[in-house]
Amino acid sequence: MSKLLEVNDLSIDLPVPAGTLRAVRNVSFAVDKGETLALVGESGCGKSLTALSLMDLLPRAAKRRARIFRFDDLDLMALGERKMTDIRGRRMSMIFQEPMTSLNPCYTIGNQLEEALLRHQTVSRKQARERAVFLLDKVGITAAGSRLKQYPHQLSGGLRQRIMISMALMCGPSLIIADEPTTALDVTIQAQILALLSSLQDEFEMGMIMITHDLGVVSRVADQVAVMYCGEIIETGSTKALFADPLHPYTKGLLDCIPVPGRTRRGAHLSSIPGTVPTPIGELTGCVFRNRCPEVTAACSEGLIETRNFGENRSCRCLLMQV
Amino acid sequence: MLQYSLKRICLALLVAVTVSFLSFMLVRVSGDPAFALAGENASESELAMVRQQYGLDRPVLVQYFDWAGRALHGDLGQSPYFKEHVVVIIGHRLQVTMILGLSALAFALILSIPLGVVAAIRPNTWIDRLALGLSVFGQAMPSFWFGLILILIFSVKLRWFPVSGSTSWRHLVLPTIALGYYGIPAFMRLTRSGMMDVLSSDYIRTARAKGLRAASVIFKHALRNAIIPVVSVVAVQLGFMLGGSVVIESVFAINGFGLLAYESIARADLPMIQAIVLILSLIYVVLTLLADILNALLDPRIRVS
Repeated sequence: MSKLLEVNDLSIDLPVPAGTLRAVRNVSFAVDKGETLALVGESGCGKSLTALSLMDLLPRAAKRRARIFRFDDLDLMALGERKMTDIRGRRMSMIFQEPMTSLNPCYTIGNQLEEALLRHQTVSRKQARERAVFLLDKVGITAAGSRLKQYPHQLSGGLRQRIMISMALMCGPSLIIADEPTTALDVTIQAQILALLSSLQDEFEMGMIMITHDLGVVSRVADQVAVMYCGEIIETGSTKALFADPLHPYTKGLLDCIPVPGRTRRGAHLSSIPGTVPTPIGELTGCVFRNRCPEVTAACSEGLIETRNFGENRSCRCLLMQV
Repeated sequence: MLQYSLKRICLALLVAVTVSFLSFMLVRVSGDPAFALAGENASESELAMVRQQYGLDRPVLVQYFDWAGRALHGDLGQSPYFKEHVVVIIGHRLQVTMILGLSALAFALILSIPLGVVAAIRPNTWIDRLALGLSVFGQAMPSFWFGLILILIFSVKLRWFPVSGSTSWRHLVLPTIALGYYGIPAFMRLTRSGMMDVLSSDYIRTARAKGLRAASVIFKHALRNAIIPVVSVVAVQLGFMLGGSVVIESVFAINGFGLLAYESIARADLPMIQAIVLILSLIYVVLTLLADILNALLDPRIRVS
């Protein structure tokens, strides 16, 4: 039985004044039905571009390549824009980071929810409205019927994100891509939205890709984790295994930055990873993390660092790790 | 929406009253109107007679209320030049100018909005360059010169349209183009920059992520947001096309409102000038009001608090 989504050796290039920015390089991952994959990494590591490339919503100038880019029974690389618009919103949907600006200020919530269904299915406006009310109710919005007549500017950020979620669910997609869905929200709302996403995912048996820079979010919702750094996936694993036994020095560094009750001493400085992320322009050799790695060796700056597997769903791109 | 409209209407009325006072005072402060009426060589007794005949010897405020009261009844005085009510003359002339102004506006919008949209969707392509070229050309070219060139090509050389006059639709074609062309650069550049802004916004990405077709994304989601700033500029431009078309009207010898204004100043026809200033200002007030209401209809953030 093949996976819901399978991506192999995906690369994304962006033209910049200084040359070609190799924003994403040879990224591979897979998501199954009902499974959540977290793509985690710091800002600018290419995780959002990866997500947008799945929807074919990359900036016009960006170029994507992949060896395998398959969703269900479809080769996404081979689909034209017209076919792709039939997939978007119907079989895979996306939830964005900024609920404040992701809704059109000129149209009511109802209009924007219903149009997703009306576009993809032959239903009446009344049926579309019923579906919208059903989903608003599902995402925990009270008085759903009267909310439909409201405009985005009349609603809070948390409410708008709930609306974005129900919008993504309008056509019952099999894959949901959530690009930092809780970053713009305050902490209590974050927890609610994450719990909501998890329960909806279980209920509708969707695959989910959760894009985040927040390891707290990862531990709460993800089954599998892929850690991205500077355009590469440097480590993958089940959430449990990755948190218990990080393989890559970058992952170790990230986990060290999180204060842990009982283990982190009161008043002690939290650790951080020194140095800055390099800009991947032109030919790249060696490990991209070597300028910041505490365990760097001479071999780290030579050739191509292969991704090696360490058991099922566990891989790491580091010379220090021996099979 | 009702509350918003009422507020706008009240403000517009306030502006109208202020404007009427200013247009009344304008004539009083630009010299003794009695001189203008009686002529420069008039004797002291003639001046006194004129002052008494036109009520110029009363206090200014009394004169204003008297004038404003009559204006409310549609009486803006008699023109000493035409020996007729100014309202009647202005009515005729305004009709011609209205037809010309509205057709020029329609011409400008039909050309500039689609061009602006296409230029925004395909930036830095030949069509974007063409649109930019057209607007730079339009901005730089004096309209009297453009009008003359049009006459030279289409009337004199090709003989497609008449040189001057305003009796049939064929007479209107060239002045419409000449006058409308003036509005194109502003409308087009605003539409283009508005569309560029909107197309890169998050809600357009959302619309695309829903799988909406390109036409729906562009026309339903983008254009409605991008057009809002254009509406206000259109109102001002239309006001200009109605009042400031004096150049085009004289080039094409159209007996319109603009030409009347120009001639009345030359003739020192005070009641006429006063009425023209007042009516033109009121046209602006009404157009701005309409633009405000249209914008509120387009943008719920203005209308729903």
